[in-house]
Amino acid sequence: MSAYGEDSRESGAAVFDTAALQRLVEVLIDRGYRVIGPTLRDDAIVLAELESAAELPRGWGVDVGPGHYRVRRRGDDAAFGHSAGPQSWKQFLHPPRQRMWAGTRDETGDAPDAQAPPYAFLGVRGCDLAAIATLDRVLGRSEYPGSDFVSRRRGVFVVAVNCTEPGGLCFCASMGTGPAAGPGYDLALTERLSGGEPSYLVEVGSERGADVLAAVPHRMAGSDEIDGARADVDAAAHHMGRQMPETDLRELLVASRESPQWEEVASRCLTCGNCTMVCPTCFCTSTEDVSDLTGEHAERWRHWASCFEFDFTYVHGGGSVRQSGASRYRHWLTHKLGTWHDQFGMSGCVGCGRCIAWCPTGIDITAEMNTMAGDD
Amino acid sequence: MTDGPGGAPAAPTRSFMAPNPYRVRSRVVESPDSATLCLEPVGAALRTPQPGEFMMLYAFGVGEAAISISGDPTVTDGSITHTIRAVGAVSRALHDAQPGAIVGVRGPFGTSWGLETAAGRDLVMVAGGVGLCPLRPAVLGALAGRSRYGKVTLIAGARSRDDFVFAAQLEKWAQDPQIELHVTVDVPVQGWRGEVGLVTEPLRRLALNPERTTAFLCGPEPMLRFGAEALLAKGIAARDIRVSLERNMQCGIGWCGHCQLGPLLLCRDGPVVTYDVAGPLLNVKEL
Repeated sequence: MSAYGEDSRESGAAVFDTAALQRLVEVLIDRGYRVIGPTLRDDAIVLAELESAAELPRGWGVDVGPGHYRVRRRGDDAAFGHSAGPQSWKQFLHPPRQRMWAGTRDETGDAPDAQAPPYAFLGVRGCDLAAIATLDRVLGRSEYPGSDFVSRRRGVFVVAVNCTEPGGLCFCASMGTGPAAGPGYDLALTERLSGGEPSYLVEVGSERGADVLAAVPHRMAGSDEIDGARADVDAAAHHMGRQMPETDLRELLVASRESPQWEEVASRCLTCGNCTMVCPTCFCTSTEDVSDLTGEHAERWRHWASCFEFDFTYVHGGGSVRQSGASRYRHWLTHKLGTWHDQFGMSGCVGCGRCIAWCPTGIDITAEMNTMAGDD
Repeated sequence: MTDGPGGAPAAPTRSFMAPNPYRVRSRVVESPDSATLCLEPVGAALRTPQPGEFMMLYAFGVGEAAISISGDPTVTDGSITHTIRAVGAVSRALHDAQPGAIVGVRGPFGTSWGLETAAGRDLVMVAGGVGLCPLRPAVLGALAGRSRYGKVTLIAGARSRDDFVFAAQLEKWAQDPQIELHVTVDVPVQGWRGEVGLVTEPLRRLALNPERTTAFLCGPEPMLRFGAEALLAKGIAARDIRVSLERNMQCGIGWCGHCQLGPLLLCRDGPVVTYDVAGPLLNVKEL
């Protein structure tokens, strides 16, 4: 039984207030987690290690559009009243730079065993929880032991947040990843803003989640509270800022390999790779082998790479396979929405809208797909 | 879990990206820019590679490259044989490695030629330039199990006579009734007794039984396409044509994304791919 009130596992949902949210962060830290959550920094809502729930971007929202992202004051104290920022949880599970190996000329070296404390992710949206599941599928396969992804992913505590206010670039409903989060969370919050201070409907997704909730002051949710929160989340599905065409995107892309649209997009695309950096599922990396000045010590590093880089496909003798911007954009979009299915049995897009916001020329993945579907 | 972070810390496992030390046992110069290295494990041996598979070879402090195995598959002493053409910083350093030197190895990776699945059939193997290196284990494997196959034909092409790898072996096969050999060069020199022209020339002249022929092709991509088209024109089914494809490969396990060709991750779904799959992809420019 819970230390506080009734056992939430029986009712299926609990309610707690902002003080309890602070307590939740403390409990997670006490239990050895590094808590990562949204916070306001440099005029953006970023993901960073939190020491307190006071660091959450309470009262801040964002305005987003193609090539546009601005934080703005909200008229309330919502802590999760913002859509996706420039970062994603990929930053922590699949770090931008990672040492894979270090050794000397004549000895077997190995990767330094970095046993960092496990993460607790606070404020994971449905789209981003789906993105973590996507990375699990791509990088977490068990046939390759010793994966640094697996050791980092193992034991992550997920506090998801259901969306009631999609952003202007969101299309999770099209991709089937939101606005309700799950599965895969330990606890899921729905922020309730009616009447002054926010409160949180809390749903439990695991034994571990129930155990943490038991250490946080809460009460059992009434059925009206549960119904109200669910109605808000359900309603959110109907006011998404963006929408994908309702067609088989994989088939559409296979049929569009020679479409003139790729040249047209290329006339606007800078091949900067921003879309791949902000994408929560883009996983591509390059290997970098380095040595010190003595030449006796060497290291192998892996860093994020982008299929928009000119030399991403470099092969001796033939040069880069994809030299034109059109072919690189075609590859990125086709992989994301099409060939990802062939390779991993799922879409590579979760509908978060980051690639649209952070494209310096405002190329919109949903607009491109709608155009392509219309031309078809 | 009832307390604390979940999941017991796993025993540290050796990273898949860590190179395994192998020592150069012998080095044979094949051509002005290529050499064959026989590598033996310093510690535990990796799995013996199958013909067609590749390893990632690491030149200490310089870098890593994907290199096909070129050795005799009947040798099972844990050694691995590679033929390396010096074309860049990494391949130059590997090419220059002398007996006793340490080379890092990961693998084996990818798909094999599937020699056993071609049992009972005629084999036509077509090699362009150093494309002979990945095919050599298939030729040796077929000759070692000669009674399992019908006709065995090898067509090997190179720019000039000096560019042939395994020249001595080609001389030997030329005298071997177990294998029909055609060699051709782009540029003849005085004394050249073989053919002049692309590998597709002798290929077009071959009398093949399309119902019972399986083809293995390795070489530059245009050679693969024209070679496959010549075979298709003879009525050989695309699924009976196997091509070995090359793309930028950095991890070998489908994690880095560089080697994609449409739906394929070639380090995982290749390098050997049947032409019914590869053909439509290779025909799209810059895919």
